[in-house]
Amino acid sequence: MLDYGLFTFADKDEVLEKSSAYWNPGKTQFWIDSGVPLVIDRREGYFLYDVSGKRLIDVHLNGGTYNLGHRNPEVVAALKQAMDHFDIGNHHFPSLARTALAEALIETGPEGLSKVIYASGGGEAIDIALKTARHATGKRKIVSIVKAYHGHTGLAVGTGDERFSRLFLSERPEEFVHVPFNDLAGMEEALRGRDVAAVIMETIPATYGFPLPAPGYLESVKRLCETYDALYIADEVQTGLMRTGELWGITKHGIRPDILVTGKGISGGLYPIAAVLVSERCAGWLTEDGFAHMATFGGGELGCFAAMKTLEICNRPETRSIVHHASDVIGRGLERIRDDNPGWFTGIRQNGLIFGLEFDHPEGAKFVMRQLYDNGVWAIFSTLDPRVLQYKPGILIDPVLTEELLDRTAVAIARAAKEAGK
Amino acid sequence: MTSGMLERARWAARAFARYDKASVDRIVAAVARAGADNATRYAEWAVRETGFGVAEHKALKNVACSTGLVEEYAGHDYVSPRTDPAQKIVSIPRPAGVVFALTPSTNPVATVYFKILLALMTRNAIVISPHPMAKECCADAARTLAAAAAEAGAPDGVIQVIEEPKLPLIESMMADPRVDVIVATGGTPVVRAAYRSGNPALGVGPGNVPVFVDRTADLESAARLIVDSKAFDNSILCTNESVLIAEDAVADRLVSLMRGAHLLSPADRDRVREAVFPGGRFDTRFVGKDATWIAQQAGVRVPPGTRVLLAPIDRPMPEEPLAHEKLCPVLALLRVPSARAGIDAARAVLRISGAGHSAAIHSTDSRTIMEYGAAVPVLRVSVNSGNSLGGSGVHTNLPISMTIGTGYVGGSSAGENLQPGNLVNWTKLAYHVDAPFGDFAGLDPWSPPDGPVPRYPEPSNARTAPASPAAPAPQADVLREEIRRLILEELASLVRS
Ligand SMILES: Cc1ncc(COP(=O)(O)O)c(C=O)c1O
Repeated sequence: MLDYGLFTFADKDEVLEKSSAYWNPGKTQFWIDSGVPLVIDRREGYFLYDVSGKRLIDVHLNGGTYNLGHRNPEVVAALKQAMDHFDIGNHHFPSLARTALAEALIETGPEGLSKVIYASGGGEAIDIALKTARHATGKRKIVSIVKAYHGHTGLAVGTGDERFSRLFLSERPEEFVHVPFNDLAGMEEALRGRDVAAVIMETIPATYGFPLPAPGYLESVKRLCETYDALYIADEVQTGLMRTGELWGITKHGIRPDILVTGKGISGGLYPIAAVLVSERCAGWLTEDGFAHMATFGGGELGCFAAMKTLEICNRPETRSIVHHASDVIGRGLERIRDDNPGWFTGIRQNGLIFGLEFDHPEGAKFVMRQLYDNGVWAIFSTLDPRVLQYKPGILIDPVLTEELLDRTAVAIARAAKEAGK
Repeated sequence: MTSGMLERARWAARAFARYDKASVDRIVAAVARAGADNATRYAEWAVRETGFGVAEHKALKNVACSTGLVEEYAGHDYVSPRTDPAQKIVSIPRPAGVVFALTPSTNPVATVYFKILLALMTRNAIVISPHPMAKECCADAARTLAAAAAEAGAPDGVIQVIEEPKLPLIESMMADPRVDVIVATGGTPVVRAAYRSGNPALGVGPGNVPVFVDRTADLESAARLIVDSKAFDNSILCTNESVLIAEDAVADRLVSLMRGAHLLSPADRDRVREAVFPGGRFDTRFVGKDATWIAQQAGVRVPPGTRVLLAPIDRPMPEEPLAHEKLCPVLALLRVPSARAGIDAARAVLRISGAGHSAAIHSTDSRTIMEYGAAVPVLRVSVNSGNSLGGSGVHTNLPISMTIGTGYVGGSSAGENLQPGNLVNWTKLAYHVDAPFGDFAGLDPWSPPDGPVPRYPEPSNARTAPASPAAPAPQADVLREEIRRLILEELASLVRS
């Protein structure tokens, strides 16, 4: 009996059955077929527990949503305290929490950004960024990379893979230009006409398996943007919040974006919120028509509390130090595992605690994901490049858990090799 | 509640536990140097911030607890494995990990230096929790040493300090499973809290030091040493003498030889008692204040140059406030008819408080000295030495220490002066008695770091070639000589007498 007070299920089978019936049959079946029949029950720190009681070390963390761990006690406390006084708030009015968070984001953000616009999720924040760029430049075209993923809302979906737009008759190739990643000539070609409002870039494209920008690539893209009068939008939804060992991955490249988008982790994993940081040049519409983008839940005040606490924790020198230590140790540990699995585990893409693990099989990461699941670790393959496993250990991970994680990873990778016939 | 300090410390400890001896020596030497270079600055700062003690004396302690400590342990090795072919045992050091160190207001910076160096010698990470009254000088000192450690190649985060020590925070950190050992110096409540926490703890209790002078003592020397010790840092060391017990036959002469000590008349004694122990309870305003100031507060006139107030008492009982611990230069004086009575009086003083801590004796009669040591429930007795610097190992060959183990009799698991060995365990590789022993010559499981620890997280496709290994340490004995020379110079310049 699974009894949660408000609702009960007889067992996991009943959950899966009803999940198919009332929610999403495609997704429900996909995970059953993938050998990951996970229904998350308890969650705590970097652990997830299936309703069967099976424990998993979470290194998917929902793309960084749980960077600080599931139900981080400090964020929980901040939110509980806020609930004694606040609610979502009224999005039409100036607000205490929204103002305080905006100031904190600008103070700790890359230089040159001066105003914050809120959303209730990453996709909406991307839409805001794109609308803002169009307003600021008076141009319509948006350039993104092939296999980009910036969310599935109205405009964001246009920047991504056609798999997700064609189904909904939403592809708009004349407005959304896709160029190959790490291809500067292609980028220049797309910008040459000076009719592009913005280039939107993830600092490391997550859903594509974290291919690393070639040294100098992003810097050159930024320069091309300046040359051809396009804005640079940094999507830091997954790469931000200390993941790379600095608060924002983009600053490691010395780039000052015109617009920066944060989501996922900024919620503390507890209350949905996302934010767009814009330069003064881009902020014009906020004066011209402050009601031009509206969303009831955008910048909900409880979310602002979760975000402020999260931002404060991410910014601590201790957190930065932990990320540096952990990325050093996990990087070296994965290198050893790679050396033990030649011809199978072929590459490690690393920037701080962002890892893309490459396997020499078109669906290699799915084998590894399944084996990791069997061995108590939850990591997800890259939807847009299933050779690559996304591997994102928590930014407050400790040495003991790190060692356990590496041990489990080594076993799973070796077993997956056999399964994949390597 | 936790700010990530303990997690950071765990990472630092993990990395540090793999460092080799040469790297550790280099870090320890650099940190000690930074401590000694700033000894006077922090001594003055500590006096300014706490209002306790004498800057010049604190500077001396700061030197003793930095370069002095390193000199003292120069021949010790808490890093390399030890091989004992006769016993067929190899011992491999295993650092505690994360040391949580509480430091007192009375010896703030010296204790910070002391605990940091002990931790570094044994490859531990340390989090300092300073007494709130001394938090600024302690935090600054810890940061200075942390910077020196980092500069010398220590792992990031190996030394941290709580900038705003608050009781709930400290209690939650003490109980945190990420702490491997608590080293608590402070009042009894702090020590008890450390033991209650559930974590291994080295807590040390308070002192209340009896000093006995018998008829065989070298009175000139005893008089001078007792006054100097009592006046040292205005009696702020927990090893300072509290009750002087003098055998009748020599008491008058002893007192007359105690230059700088002013014998209070019974009326003045009552005034001082009332001021220092209003309502029978010690007023902490007097901690570490000088004798003339105390006299002034009590409305007692003393000659210029008075360094110690000598207060005659007639019974070493709890109801006599002056027989309790006094961290200020007020010394109770009790006359006894015989050595036997002197020993009994010392035991009575320690029943009030200070069991397990320290005592002193001035005597040339080995039998009396032995009897005193056997009968008085303390774990160190300074003989013919002032106890402030005797019990703490500066003027005796005890281990130099700001943390005095009071043992089981004093409610502590530590019975010795805290020393580096307390912060490391040893894994023993023990062969079957009949099996041939292995050849471990030249084997060392540890190595120098191959660059900064941790390395900066460059993206993997932009990583620069691995940095060359850190520069080799200077030859050990060259280093030792250098340290010896420096400390002698410093001590010479500090101790002008
Ligand atoms: C890089 C990036 N941008 C934007 C989004 C969209 O965020 P959300 O799912 O909150 O709409 C995602 C989500 O996966 C993402 O990974």
